[in-house]
Amino acid sequence: MSTDKNVWVGAFVLVAVGIFLVRGAGRIPETTPLRGPGLGHQVSLETAAAWDISIPPDGHNLPQGRGTVAAGEKLYLARCIDCHGKRGRGLSAEELVGGVGGLTGDYPEKTVGSYWPYATTLFDYIRRAMPQDAPLSLTSDEIYALCAYLLFLNGVIAEADEMNAATLAAVEMPNREGFVRINHMAR
Amino acid sequence: MDGDDPLKDKKKLRRAAVGDLPVNPVAGGGLLHRRLFLKSGAALGSAAALGVTGTFAFAAYGEESALEPPGEIPPMPPATPPWMKTPGGPLTNYGQPSPHEKEVIRWITSNQSSPGNGVSWTPLQDLEGAMTPNGLHFERHHNGVPAIIPEQHRLLIHGLVARPLTFTVDDLLRYPMMSRLCFVECGGNSNAGWNPRPLQARAGHLHGLASCSEWSGVPLSVLLDEAGIDRVQAKWLYAEGADAAAVGASIPVAKAFDDAFVALYQNGERLRPENGYPMRLLIPGWEGVTNIKWLRRLKVVAEPMMSRDETSKYTELVPDGTARQFTFVMDAKSLITAPSPGKKMQGPGLYQITGLAWSGRGRIARVEVSADGGASWAEAELQEPVLPHCFTRFRIPWDWQGAPAVLQSRAIDETGYVQPTRETLVAARGTHGYFHYNAIVSWRVSDEGKVSHVYG
Repeated sequence: MSTDKNVWVGAFVLVAVGIFLVRGAGRIPETTPLRGPGLGHQVSLETAAAWDISIPPDGHNLPQGRGTVAAGEKLYLARCIDCHGKRGRGLSAEELVGGVGGLTGDYPEKTVGSYWPYATTLFDYIRRAMPQDAPLSLTSDEIYALCAYLLFLNGVIAEADEMNAATLAAVEMPNREGFVRINHMAR
Repeated sequence: MDGDDPLKDKKKLRRAAVGDLPVNPVAGGGLLHRRLFLKSGAALGSAAALGVTGTFAFAAYGEESALEPPGEIPPMPPATPPWMKTPGGPLTNYGQPSPHEKEVIRWITSNQSSPGNGVSWTPLQDLEGAMTPNGLHFERHHNGVPAIIPEQHRLLIHGLVARPLTFTVDDLLRYPMMSRLCFVECGGNSNAGWNPRPLQARAGHLHGLASCSEWSGVPLSVLLDEAGIDRVQAKWLYAEGADAAAVGASIPVAKAFDDAFVALYQNGERLRPENGYPMRLLIPGWEGVTNIKWLRRLKVVAEPMMSRDETSKYTELVPDGTARQFTFVMDAKSLITAPSPGKKMQGPGLYQITGLAWSGRGRIARVEVSADGGASWAEAELQEPVLPHCFTRFRIPWDWQGAPAVLQSRAIDETGYVQPTRETLVAARGTHGYFHYNAIVSWRVSDEGKVSHVYG
């Protein structure tokens, strides 16, 4: 009987320590109890980079290329206007332009200009998801041009400004400081 | 014997149910003790002591469109129906629901100009228990369901790791598996509640962007360890899907090591295409968009990627003009699935109120039900097992006397979090947050037995 009891106490302590290790303070535990068969195939950094289409706010993964507001407008009229409407004011897709300064109003519009905190997100999102009938089809120059056109329509950059890896990452969006991180794990 | 079974004799049922109940309601509007009709334990003993005998039975809710008027007794079918006199259908490779249940379907709302961008809602009002059938699990796709060829699919783990690794589907099938019963809920579920006036729709069409399944797969910690994650620098994982919008989300690594996993199976079978085949993330209790479907890439990083779906969307604007970001946890929610809009009461009598409760913070501790618009509450019975981050079915008997009533449920989870009233939620968040609406839901029952959506 006492042996059984000791086994149970031991099991309880193990479980309690396990829970503490896994949940303690929201950090990565030093060790994890499970181990797999190690079947992962190592790939080169170049291969991994070719798969990596995400652009962080510092813009470090932005590709070479450049685009102007004029080139962006031309492309917008050809590929975007059917859903996003004239000058980004929305049709079947929501508006991309306007509403700057209106987030406390009764009818706030969450557009690129009024709401998006980072211009890099625009490049990232257009490349991976737009146009909806042919994502990942635009060239880097075309994407920079669309970024330039939309940022210009929102009054964020001047008509003569060219967008490239350096200038896009340097754009200060109007709502840059508008977000408050909530989750305790999201430090 | 059949004649003595009140379930088979509506006349008897009604008589039994309408008669003066010898048991006092435990809250306003006729709510009865949650355990009154359980068949075992002390509860039955006390009910018997109070004079309740076996003649009570629950009335069923009717469809509002049902041809049969309430109270009409359908004629008895032949003693030996035709399907007893001829061989039945053949065996099938994969079963389908009865053709008589063809109206139990997901309700689709999508963008007309891009039909793959939209949602389909789980018909919660038509389901029982806690698990959602795979074919009825809600969908939210940003640009359609990708037709992934599993041999052509890889999961890449890279970034702040000692060695970037790829895994094939077959690789992952050889890893140690874990299973969790847990809900997945879209961050935008229930968002009709922000509307100034209550929308009239079925329960599932308002709250059915939430479903619950048994998910099986490989713990993320095992894969991240194999790649040699940098335990000092790594703070976030950027997860990305192989769909035509490459939907992505940043997830704190602490959660990845806590209970997140790469799911390969749903309710015992391999994932359905619309639920992420061949692999998806499962982040228990966190908003649906973090549970990346068609998972193809995990980049270990120090800062969140700030992708479109964690900045422009899935953030909540509050009245001071700032927005809440990384509101991952789905707070406690509950709703009554029966009675609910579209399900008509079949005259006064004894009914079972039932519904679902869940919390992204852990287990449901208690569900309380009101039949008088929140003036008084009675505790509902919770269906075991009560699991963390899992749908929990609740039930309570109700003696409806035929008077108008407003039915509500509120969930309390194991952390003590109490599902808020709409008034409280709107006072705290305004009405432009779009996501994370979890206020108490109110159904009004008219004296005719019609059920409608109201703001309590």
